[in-house]
Amino acid sequence: MTVMEQRGAYRPSPPPAWQPRTDPAPLLPDAQPYRVLGTEAAAQADPGLLRRLYAELVRGRRYNAQATALTKQGRLAVYPSSTGQEACEVAAALALKDRDWLFPSYRDTLAAVARGLDPVQALTLLRGDWHTGYDPHEHRVAPLCTPLATQLPHAVGLAHAARLKGDDVVALALVGDGGTSEGDFHEALNFAAVWQAPVVFLVQNNGFAISVPLAKQTAAPSLAHKAVGYGMPGRLVDGNDAAAVHEVLSDAVRHARAGGGPTLVEAITYRVDAHTNADDATRYRGDAEVQAWREHDPILLLEHELTERGLLDEAGKQAARDAAETMAADLRERMNQDPVLDPMDLFDHVYAEPTPQLREQRAQLQAEIDAEGTH
Amino acid sequence: MTTVALKPATMAQALTRAMRDAMAADPAVHVMGEDVGTLGGVFRVTDGLAKEFGEDRCTDTPLAEAGILGTAVGMAMYGLRPVVEMQFDAFAYPAFEQLISHVSRMRNRTRGAMPLPITIRVPYGGGIGGVEHHSDSSEAYYMATPGLHVVTPATVADAYGLLRAAIASDDPVVFLEPKRLYWSKDSWNPDEPRTVEPIGRAVVRRSGRSATLVTYGPSVPVCLEAAEAARDEGWDLEVVDLRSLVPFDDETVSASVRRTGRAVVVHESGGFGGPGGEIAARVTERCFHHLEAPVLRVAGFDIPYPPPMLERHHLPGVDRILDAVGRLQWEAES
Repeated sequence: MTVMEQRGAYRPSPPPAWQPRTDPAPLLPDAQPYRVLGTEAAAQADPGLLRRLYAELVRGRRYNAQATALTKQGRLAVYPSSTGQEACEVAAALALKDRDWLFPSYRDTLAAVARGLDPVQALTLLRGDWHTGYDPHEHRVAPLCTPLATQLPHAVGLAHAARLKGDDVVALALVGDGGTSEGDFHEALNFAAVWQAPVVFLVQNNGFAISVPLAKQTAAPSLAHKAVGYGMPGRLVDGNDAAAVHEVLSDAVRHARAGGGPTLVEAITYRVDAHTNADDATRYRGDAEVQAWREHDPILLLEHELTERGLLDEAGKQAARDAAETMAADLRERMNQDPVLDPMDLFDHVYAEPTPQLREQRAQLQAEIDAEGTH
Repeated sequence: MTTVALKPATMAQALTRAMRDAMAADPAVHVMGEDVGTLGGVFRVTDGLAKEFGEDRCTDTPLAEAGILGTAVGMAMYGLRPVVEMQFDAFAYPAFEQLISHVSRMRNRTRGAMPLPITIRVPYGGGIGGVEHHSDSSEAYYMATPGLHVVTPATVADAYGLLRAAIASDDPVVFLEPKRLYWSKDSWNPDEPRTVEPIGRAVVRRSGRSATLVTYGPSVPVCLEAAEAARDEGWDLEVVDLRSLVPFDDETVSASVRRTGRAVVVHESGGFGGPGGEIAARVTERCFHHLEAPVLRVAGFDIPYPPPMLERHHLPGVDRILDAVGRLQWEAES
């Protein structure tokens, strides 16, 4: 007798109990970006940290200006500036311990420099003499990544591997607002949450993906809200408030280190410069908007706080400017030297051992170069 | 650790054994992919690995190929040796950006500081009655990407030996597994000493004097069958199994064609823009004065892979190979 035939006697049982696998409420970001500077929370901030952040912001601003100037002199092929976003760049570097890893995008050379990387090495990609100008293991800085969001799964995998090996290592991955539309953003966050990998994602929402504003990028309440769908906490922070970004990232790093899994942080900031030196931002935004953000500048915000609390005087400001100028002068001088290139390098790192075909091609190029020399 | 004697073993079992031996020899080796853990893979190639080595060493991942390969990149950056399974040829495409933009070039962009020893196992090819998206021959895409090794076995022994070499390689290897040979058996016995085959060497599977069939993977048994049938026509065909498409063994292939003076390249992949064009060009460049006829290609048609009830018309078979051999200008000899 089938179920249908014994219909009269059949009592449908209720489906197995269903409940959400995670309570979404604690994962939700706050309604407003978290701020420290100019709020009561500022009183709790460590003066030493604030002074350090200030010095790094001033240095970072000067670095951005110098790198942009180098494009005009033809010393850099291109420079995507992080002017206006220095608080995010610097706080990301300072929130990590030495053994942790940073996964930057192409706009994040400043974060790499703030982590200790030589600026000339950080700019190699943009000068164009090689792709990655440094050994990533030296400062635990992954290669600057150009295809958007594709570095995020790398950060997850590295953090996961470190945890499997029992190492106390956290990975911090940087991405922009445009990058959150990429599939790899989704896959990375999903893997991170499923594996509870010790990784932190920092979205620098600077308002634009080249020319396209956020409204055309997403309909989400905020980018931080996306975290909830993956089962990880989302945090929203004022990206121009260096103390706030540093605190939120440090909390997220600590949480990851303690085995609490990943966090998605959205920092609200603004790309004051054009996308790169090759871009014309006047085609897609007005001066008034830029001016409003210039007034909510990360350096001004921190300078105001430090001055109010008597932690910074004119001499302190001058010292920060002098240190930045020394860095810029050194960068300028070294970037004005032509890099020494060996075309044979093109063949030497494709494989551990060149294939027979590459050996032939290497010999061909060598012969061409030798012939050039004899003309 | 109990070893079940497998006499003789299938290609699938040899692949399992290769991963098992590699995992036992090196704790850095991690297997990951869709259904590779509890289930042992849809083709059972990872059968028993999660049980023996734990789920941290043989991991069921979320269903996302870019995520699988992307996280494998990060794991390799940290010193692990991921062995990634892509469930089917056509399901590997979402991972192409990671493969092309990162896996293939990380060593190069970091001047050797960050090699990525990742093995990407891809069941490929047709002939198993698979519905749409389950039978692609995608090797031309991989071959066209500098920085990848592209390897494919045709025998049970090579399945073991080449996969061990792939996992041991410090470079990324796309390891193409001819899925219709998964259940094939030959004399390989897992209880006998097991050898690692170096990557990049072709092998002459059958010696002959009349013409060379250059082939690989699933087409190797077809070519051997064709060579047997060709004896009735009076042709003594040599069969070269490439085993590795990248690096390409020009030496073995050219030596064979110089001996025979004629060559046909055979593969399932489409002919236009397929591996056969590259191989024919290489042979012609190196053996022109030894050739009695143009190098011919027997390939899949240049069509999306057919539905299963029509695939026999698409796959290069014995008759199509013999037709091509017949067109190698024999009349000029008499």
